Amino acid sequence: MLDKEMRSMIGDVKDGRMDRRAFIKRMAAVGLTAPLANQILALGGVAMAEGASTYKPTKRGGGGALKLLWWQGPTLLNPHFATGTKDQDGSRLFYEPLACWDPDGNMKLVLATEIPSIQNGLLAADGKSVTWKLKPGVKWHDGKPFSADDLVFTWQYAKDPATAAITIGVYRDITVEKIDDLTVKITFPKPTPFWADAFVGAGAGQILPKHLFADYIGSKSREAPTNLSPVGTGPYKFVEFKPGDLIRGVINPDYHMQNRPYFDSVEMKGGGDAVSAARAVIQTGEYDFGWNIQVEDDVLLRLEKGGKGKTVYAVGGDTEFIALNFTDPNVEVDGERSSMKTKHPLFSDPVVRKALSLLVDRDSVKKAIYGRAGRTTANFLNGPEKFVSKNTSWEFNIEKAAKMLDDAGWKPGADGIREKDGKKLKLLYQTAINGPRQKTQAIVKQACQKAGIDVELKSVVASVFFSSDVANPDTYPKFYADIEMFQIPLSQPDPSQHMRRYLSTAVATKENKWQGTNFPRWVNKDYDAAINAADTEMDPVKRAALYIKANDLMWEDTVFIPVMHRLKVEAAANNLRPVISGWANETDNLFDWYREE
Amino acid sequence: MAGLTLASPSAERRVYSPWRETWRRYSRHKLAVVSAFLLLVLIFAVLVGPFIWRVKIDDIDIVAGLQGPSLAHPFGTDDLGQDILARMIYGGRISLAVGLAAMLVSVFVGTLIGALAGMSRGALGHALMWLTDLFLSLPQLPLLLLLIYLFRDGLKAAFGPEGGIFILIVLVIGGLRWMPVARLVRAQFLSIREKEFVEAARALGASPVRQVVRHILPNALGPVIIAGTIDVAAAIIAESTLSFLGLGFPPDTPTWGRLLYDAKDFLDIGPHWALFPGGAIFIAVVAINFIGDGLRDALDARRVI
Amino acid sequence: MSQYVLRRLLIAIPSLLGISAVLFFVLALAPGDPFSELATNPNVPPEVQAALRAKFGLDDPIYLRYVHWLNAMLHGDWGFSFVSRMDVDKLILQRLPTTLYVIGSAQILALLIAIPVGVYAATKPYSLFDQVANTLAFVGFSLPTFFTGILFILIFSVTLDWLPFVYTTDVKATGIHWVFEMIRQAIMPVAVLGLFQAASMTRFVRSAMLDVIRLDYITTARAKGLGQAKVIVKHVMRNAMIPVVTLIALQIPAVFGGAIVTEQIFRIPGIGSLLISSILSNDTPVVMAVTFVFACLVVLFNLIADILYGWLDPRISFR
Repeated sequence: MLDKEMRSMIGDVKDGRMDRRAFIKRMAAVGLTAPLANQILALGGVAMAEGASTYKPTKRGGGGALKLLWWQGPTLLNPHFATGTKDQDGSRLFYEPLACWDPDGNMKLVLATEIPSIQNGLLAADGKSVTWKLKPGVKWHDGKPFSADDLVFTWQYAKDPATAAITIGVYRDITVEKIDDLTVKITFPKPTPFWADAFVGAGAGQILPKHLFADYIGSKSREAPTNLSPVGTGPYKFVEFKPGDLIRGVINPDYHMQNRPYFDSVEMKGGGDAVSAARAVIQTGEYDFGWNIQVEDDVLLRLEKGGKGKTVYAVGGDTEFIALNFTDPNVEVDGERSSMKTKHPLFSDPVVRKALSLLVDRDSVKKAIYGRAGRTTANFLNGPEKFVSKNTSWEFNIEKAAKMLDDAGWKPGADGIREKDGKKLKLLYQTAINGPRQKTQAIVKQACQKAGIDVELKSVVASVFFSSDVANPDTYPKFYADIEMFQIPLSQPDPSQHMRRYLSTAVATKENKWQGTNFPRWVNKDYDAAINAADTEMDPVKRAALYIKANDLMWEDTVFIPVMHRLKVEAAANNLRPVISGWANETDNLFDWYREE
Repeated sequence: MAGLTLASPSAERRVYSPWRETWRRYSRHKLAVVSAFLLLVLIFAVLVGPFIWRVKIDDIDIVAGLQGPSLAHPFGTDDLGQDILARMIYGGRISLAVGLAAMLVSVFVGTLIGALAGMSRGALGHALMWLTDLFLSLPQLPLLLLLIYLFRDGLKAAFGPEGGIFILIVLVIGGLRWMPVARLVRAQFLSIREKEFVEAARALGASPVRQVVRHILPNALGPVIIAGTIDVAAAIIAESTLSFLGLGFPPDTPTWGRLLYDAKDFLDIGPHWALFPGGAIFIAVVAINFIGDGLRDALDARRVI
Repeated sequence: MSQYVLRRLLIAIPSLLGISAVLFFVLALAPGDPFSELATNPNVPPEVQAALRAKFGLDDPIYLRYVHWLNAMLHGDWGFSFVSRMDVDKLILQRLPTTLYVIGSAQILALLIAIPVGVYAATKPYSLFDQVANTLAFVGFSLPTFFTGILFILIFSVTLDWLPFVYTTDVKATGIHWVFEMIRQAIMPVAVLGLFQAASMTRFVRSAMLDVIRLDYITTARAKGLGQAKVIVKHVMRNAMIPVVTLIALQIPAVFGGAIVTEQIFRIPGIGSLLISSILSNDTPVVMAVTFVFACLVVLFNLIADILYGWLDPRISFR
């Protein structure tokens, strides 16, 4: 139904009977707005709109210094070695991709001249290749010309296992060939509906200069002097770098975008914690911009009163969730707890899972912790809008949960804890150490106690919780607990990587050294089928429907109890006009930042 | 502390046993007596408090978050609307127990190792000082993570979740803080063992143990007592940082140090939240320090009041 | 004496080797992963994380890694940071000046407060001055630096707007203004740390003085008619210095090691914050290098303290 309607609308846009804006509005009405609505058009044969710019200054420079505060300072400046987003953020001051994502999830051109589409012939209709046209006349900071060779080189560099680039996953399976000096063609091994991964965005897309890295490919990669003093094409030229502490850059007078950048210099200071970063921006105005201000909303509201700055939010697809373990964490089989050979003694009863999902008081969590930075949700997949299911719902209802458990035979014992067949409803609830998470734990625990479920809280240092250390029992993939809570960021406006994690082939087990990504150890054939089909489905509408179905399957089985759809929170001086996208790194749109006089 | 419990003031005056003498001197130290009383009151309050103040420590009421002191919540509420008084009473048990027990561990280990190193003139002294240097150089955080990893589950199984963690915390805090005591004791011993009165005792055939216990140790106690009293405060605060490593009590256990830590970001919005646990730690520290001062004066063999 | 020092220095070599081995094993066995941030990045396949671990030798047996480390260290190679992908010695040298400046100043401040206050308080025990000094000392060490730091920021930066609270190594000024700015931004961290340490140090100095002040020979010196000030400085202090020297020797390595909490609060790019971030990201080569230098300083200052004991109290003999 939707399918047909949308197709006719795409036709209307193509023929000019409907304008793009109206189309996006209609999509919004049926829950299919934002980032990929544009990509729908692109794949439907309509050229993708370039992200609108709100940039006002009419000349380059003159904006003074831009002082950024990253409470986790970048520790290295080669984007292909970045161990965290902070490193990508820092590198992105100097290096650039072909295109980036604007706040609405639209593609915005940086080093390319045209957004590939089927209409302009740059995107193959079968989704197996994409061609990019490069901007002419772009120069590296050292004056050397930028060309297709640099892209081919970046691909070779990143895909070489000896380089040990973290972006290898993006570049390993594709082929990049130079058509001419200003044209490259990327070929995919199979139809790829989301083709904007390589060379796009700050995460994996930053392009390296061939002439400076050519001698340092593979095992010599660590010796490259340019690892510490980047030479890019970006709006700022590198001046100084002290890992974890400070990055400085000055304006690039030959920048390839008109009237940009606005600021004469940029400084990124690292260290400290989020609250004091918020103070330094909002309260005292020592800095212009503070990154990732994950602070209780009460504190932020208080700081904003009469302050020198404000908070800025960007909607993306990050979901804080509670995952349920489908295997038994307390029984060891062949040297492995949470083994696939076991079933969780409590959660194998779907009523217990459903009851638990009724006990997460999302409104209170939002009110006490996330405030403006969170949206309550029933979905695991919360973005881009196009993929967000409207079929799900959530509820907080202790009585209902208690009744469900009663009806299913889980009766309170002498100590008030429910039990059935000698199994007590006692749960171990683990998460990484982080203020908001511990508070969420407290809120969930209290509701559970009222419903007769005993909850033991456990918190693990983040560096251990997220570790791949095979020997440690406290990592999230091992999942030696009944439920665990964290978030997996959605770092690009497409859910494919994100949803593939829960395929039944990807279960984390001892055999694969717990490298499998399916940590709830949930196995569902329908889910597998939907995800595998979506991976090569070029029809955007069908593809979206598949992901929605996959999300709904997770919801029906209560694999995850989504706690909050989290927004990006940043702090900015009142007169700063930052451009922040929920789909990209904070510095991805830095060339468009300016200060209102 | 022994002096506190042994004698009663109404006993006869003429017989001056060493303990009696100690108590006589201690009791002349007014602040020390008041402090001992204050500490007992604190301990009594956290022990019987829950029976009088029956508000639950984890009753969440978000609407009533961050309220100042009132009749319903004499110490106010935290950001989740939990009653701070109830939490402080509950946490006080842990904080006081951890503070005192960890202090005893560090003072005992430190004194023992310092005394042995101070008396030994051979390999043992070097070995013990090597051990002290080693512990001083160990970075605490990775060591703690390693200890959790190695021992948490075992202790939990052996002593139950609360008991096991209590033992682990006390041993960890005490075990990482004895080194300054050992160095101080050793330095005192090196000096005192050459003093005339020790030489006299030695000449009279006093065994090394007797030399230490009767003559050297009492004269070396000054810095030990100071270090011990400072350690109580340090241990109460250290406990709060441990729970951030997942080593301490479960994250919802409101110890004083933890309350203070949680309150720090709300210092300008809800100062009461920090004021009460901060005040409690201060009172405990002051009391213990004056008791230490009193003990020091009372045990000082040279002093005649 | 010189023979004693020489022998102690020789003993220090195997003892440092032993310490380094223990340090290395503790760090290698401690749980964690330098590439943990990659774990939740959906774009990074888990094999990449595993390949990185293999590349940096994290899957080798520990003893082999120790031998590699020791061998490199003997050749002057301090190691290579996993996280920053640069040489460890460069990382440390970048941080050293700031650490020495801020933490060193704090230690000096602590001594400048503790010694005079402790000595004067001990000469008049239980006087008003003594009581006030004691009470302030109690406040000092019962409030952790994470708390006083924020309190100072709220008072001096937010409310009064006198001082900046983000420490920067990139002061944009020259000449006298540069000096002025460097002092201004160091005031709060130095005060927070210095006062915290002065608090406990004062108690030690006071106690040490009280121990000595009642000894017979002091009374003798007084009886001989020596002036009060002279007695205190020449006789009492010298003998009371033993615990104080011990404490200072314990503190000096921290001037290199930094102060983790204070550095975090004021964003001081010192060695403490390098250490903590390296620990949290399991950047073992950096942690190992910092702690090893720290260990060398601990051993060295222990030795210096021992030599000073002999000078302060000539009866202490070393064999």
